[in-house]
Amino acid sequence: MPLQSPSPRNKMEARELTLRYGSKVAIRTISLAIPEHQVTALIGPSGCGKSTFLRSLNRMNDLIPGTHHTGTILLDGTSIHDRALDVVDLRRRVGMVFQKSNPFPKSIFENVAYGLRVGGLKDKAALSARVEKSLRGAALWDEVKDRLDESALGLSGGQQQRLCIARAMAVEPEVLLMDEPASALDPIATAKIEELIHELKSTYTIAIVTHNMQQAARVSDRTAFFYMGELVECGPTEQIFTNPREKRTEDYVTGKFG
Amino acid sequence: MKHTTRKAVGLALTSLTGLAAFVIVAVIAIILLDVVRGGAANVSWAFLTQPPTDGMMGGGIFPAIFGTAALTLLMTLAVMPVGVLTALYLHEYAPPDSRMARWVRVAVANLAGVPSVVFGLFGLGFFILFVGKGLDRALGYEEMHWAQPGILWAALTLAVLTLPVVIVSTEEALRAVPLDHRTASLALGATQSQTLVRVVLPGALPGILTGAVLAISRGAGEVAPILFTGAAYFLPDLPTHLNSQFMHLGYHTYVLATQSPDVEATRPLLYATVLVLLMLTFALNLVAVIIRSRTRRKAASAGH
Repeated sequence: MPLQSPSPRNKMEARELTLRYGSKVAIRTISLAIPEHQVTALIGPSGCGKSTFLRSLNRMNDLIPGTHHTGTILLDGTSIHDRALDVVDLRRRVGMVFQKSNPFPKSIFENVAYGLRVGGLKDKAALSARVEKSLRGAALWDEVKDRLDESALGLSGGQQQRLCIARAMAVEPEVLLMDEPASALDPIATAKIEELIHELKSTYTIAIVTHNMQQAARVSDRTAFFYMGELVECGPTEQIFTNPREKRTEDYVTGKFG
Repeated sequence: MKHTTRKAVGLALTSLTGLAAFVIVAVIAIILLDVVRGGAANVSWAFLTQPPTDGMMGGGIFPAIFGTAALTLLMTLAVMPVGVLTALYLHEYAPPDSRMARWVRVAVANLAGVPSVVFGLFGLGFFILFVGKGLDRALGYEEMHWAQPGILWAALTLAVLTLPVVIVSTEEALRAVPLDHRTASLALGATQSQTLVRVVLPGALPGILTGAVLAISRGAGEVAPILFTGAAYFLPDLPTHLNSQFMHLGYHTYVLATQSPDVEATRPLLYATVLVLLMLTFALNLVAVIIRSRTRRKAASAGH
């Protein structure tokens, strides 16, 4: 008899995570699971801690001096702060796409190949294959296949952001973290990114921070509402938007504040 | 204040600042005009390729050009690695509240303020009398080999002098590499050193090169630091070893201007030598400006 799992397993999970910048508490005792092969949206007003939480998941906050945390974050059941897990390996398994597209001032090809090269892949054929696969995966291949050697800075804003997604996908991470990936894009480019997120979740586990309520509703399976550094409520996206348990969540998703 | 007084003050300030600016331009114009008028006719192929003759009242300045070039090249080889590595430590590795880094910065700022003749004495005392003598003793030379003025010691002295230029411009170049590029690299699983080599240094390279050119143009024109450390009064032979003495355009200018038995006879040579030295320095500064404006254009096109 096949095992019927009613809910997918948790790819990542934060348990009572508190993070401080100096003495200022940025997020307080957050417990939140990121289920595998689903899109989890993190919403909330500016400064609510959702980006900080996202950046904790691949330890990008380590780069900011004066941060320290308590609590645990698990990846496949192992703490990401475990000594046995190198932060470099963690970031290869948990990739990130930033709010502002940030391609390197290199060619399109070299941008996508970057993560592979620093990982030690030298074989040209293998590099080319992975670059093409990633660009196809990011729905950018047809637009750039004839100018892979041109500078990535010549691409439009939307193309640059898809290039950054391709670049993150090239190292074949298990989790993709997206920090407002479409906030600087026009509606058409945004639609492309959202479509892409839909396709990507069969391969990746995705956590996305967004300011845009409609976007969270469109792309995500689960939604977590952050407010003033705390997790107010988390549940299936439909329930959060139609029948939230908390008054604050309802006020936020209906636009009463934020 | 009355309306007329206000107007008068405004007018006075405008003319005063304008006049100050004009004086700068006028001084440069007068120097250039005078040097070009006196020197242009005397700069010939023969002048550039022949050694001085007739007690330096004839012939050319080739040994001085060669000596200046060789000296500057050696200086660059010495100052760039030390300067760039220091800047990398200060900007990339030292913790932000590092006491060590603060002391290094104070030292660099003070180094930039030391008069150049003091560097000359330092070179004599440290490189020649201390390091050179020690080398001679260690290597078993009977007569003076390293413990005498030579092109290596002069180059190292100039390297110390130009170190602040390289450190400051390299640090500025590193600061100009966008934080976005560093975080992107780290988020892709690159180590800090991979990020440095593959992203930060390529991004900072134009700025580092600008620093190199500025250091060269500064070093090529300095005379005081090489007076006691290697420059020769008159030496038609080109330097062949690291401990050879050498002729130098700046020092040659000084010699022609002050040591000639016949001022009228050396005047055309003096003008021509100064013209060559000025053109060399201007050309180097021009290269620096071109590199910088190219970088700026690149940065601007990366902005959208």
